[in-house]
Amino acid sequence: MAVTLPRTAVAYEVALPGASGSRAWRRFALNPAALVGSLILLTMVSVAVAAPWVAPHDPAKQSLLRRFTPPVWQAGGNAAYPLGTDQVGRDVLSRIVHGARVSLLVGVAAVLVSLVVGVAAGLASGFLGGTVDTVIGTVVDVSLSFPQILLALAFVAALGPSLLTIIVVLGLTGWERYARVVRAEVMALREKEFVEAARAIGVGRPRIVVRHVLPNTMSSIVVMSTLQVAQAILAEAALSFLGVGSGNAYPTWGQMISLGRDFVTVAWWLATLPGLAILLTVLAINLVGDRLRDALDPRTT
Amino acid sequence: MSAFLIRRLLRFVVVCLGVSLVTFSILHASGDPVALIMPEAAEADRAKLREALGLSDPLSTQFVRFVGNAARGDFGRSFFHREPAFRLVVERMPTTLALTCLAVALALAVAVPVGIYSAVFRNTVGDHAATVVVFLGQSMPVFWIGIMLMLLFAVQWRLLPVSGWGTWSSMVLPAVTLGAFTTPLFMRIIRSSMLEVINLDYVRTARAKGLSEWLVICRHALRNAALPIVTVIGLQFGLLLGGAVLTESVFAVPGVGRLIVGAIRQLDFPIVQAGVFLLAMIIVSVNLFVDVLYVYLNPTVRLR
Repeated sequence: MAVTLPRTAVAYEVALPGASGSRAWRRFALNPAALVGSLILLTMVSVAVAAPWVAPHDPAKQSLLRRFTPPVWQAGGNAAYPLGTDQVGRDVLSRIVHGARVSLLVGVAAVLVSLVVGVAAGLASGFLGGTVDTVIGTVVDVSLSFPQILLALAFVAALGPSLLTIIVVLGLTGWERYARVVRAEVMALREKEFVEAARAIGVGRPRIVVRHVLPNTMSSIVVMSTLQVAQAILAEAALSFLGVGSGNAYPTWGQMISLGRDFVTVAWWLATLPGLAILLTVLAINLVGDRLRDALDPRTT
Repeated sequence: MSAFLIRRLLRFVVVCLGVSLVTFSILHASGDPVALIMPEAAEADRAKLREALGLSDPLSTQFVRFVGNAARGDFGRSFFHREPAFRLVVERMPTTLALTCLAVALALAVAVPVGIYSAVFRNTVGDHAATVVVFLGQSMPVFWIGIMLMLLFAVQWRLLPVSGWGTWSSMVLPAVTLGAFTTPLFMRIIRSSMLEVINLDYVRTARAKGLSEWLVICRHALRNAALPIVTVIGLQFGLLLGGAVLTESVFAVPGVGRLIVGAIRQLDFPIVQAGVFLLAMIIVSVNLFVDVLYVYLNPTVRLR
């Protein structure tokens, strides 16, 4: 009975970024905020990757003779330690440079975990509907009922703090937004002609989801991921600030701020500078994410 | 309406059960909590403690018992304070709620006028400045904001105490910190809700009638934008409590957040479970309240 012509061509019309993709890209690249954000981000990533070569000193090397050296522009500063030293004489600049590694690594890795879990849940929820949708919806509701930071803190402590635990726990406490957004998009796409056409020519469900529905949710997933990385970096900083980070094996920004808080009356730079590093990184990511959203949003075309 | 209420209440109960399951699993995530609590004890002593805590029963039995006890507010005794964990948490609750309410009041006092201004004078210098503030605010860790305020007002200018809670002056910095964390979020919500209603027909009609701009904004636009604002703020309550936890840790405010963080460090599981459970219950209840309120107040919501 299904005599309508298979309209496979239509399926790719919306799916692939063609001409409109390059227009979106141009809009993004020409925006000053996006440019500044991208540049800061690029610098941060390069610094993190090249940390051992960029850092002037060993971030763990202590020297009680050099305790509380102020930054170079202040009286008593030392050009060899441009951002000063901490309570045991470790170089602040080197620690910030090495801290970038943990922040960016945890931020990106945790979001990848969230992305896989959340997108899978959202696709299943939106495409299958019914009981699956109800169950996943309940799980989302439950997991949104906790203050993320407390739940993550409790599980990291119980499981034993390590970089891997932090990544997994942050990933599993931050996937709900993906599930919600992807579900909503899939529900809308499900009724579109190109999906119907694919179904009509006998394409199986899994293939429809992966080849036809998923590509159409990509732009929101990309935008969401950028903003989620910013959130994950803030969450990691909060965890290590509260002292359930990955121990003292390597410096993290949150842990540096936590120590700096204890010496806030004698050494302002200890808490201030790593916080500025977080601010710069997260701000850059937020700027890029926000502009990406504007550039990819079909409504503003 | 009643069908909606019943369905919503049913979801509430199911979510509560889910919250219990997650809280319950915190203790078991460690594998063997007893080994964490007393790492140097002999196996015989550990077995005794395991027995005393009921940890040798099957997990399903333990969970049912946990839900039954949680419903009665019984989470066992704190391992360190030797007092009922739930009572310790409840005692700290007023402090956390006071901090949160003060912060929300401060945030609204700033965000409502600025948000409305940004929407009305869209794309002006003032709006752009507000956007910059929102971006900056949302990119700063709340605990860092707190320490920076502490550096300026307590260390540099010695106007306010560094930490503590109780006197009015000691509440200023924590409340401002949590407020500064909340304000950008509120500003964004208020601006976008206002933008959505400001160009609708009825607002144009009100203007066409010759009402002053001030009246149009306050009486017509704001009233209709208020509902989504309240809803979104209700839904962000979890984020707010998370911010309160961090703020309490910075300023040594004796609230629930600080208690739980301390308990997590000491692996004092009864307090952790009682605290996490209670905060989650508050969030679930606020969400329920906001949902019902939304449907009650919004005649355009069609109930399926």
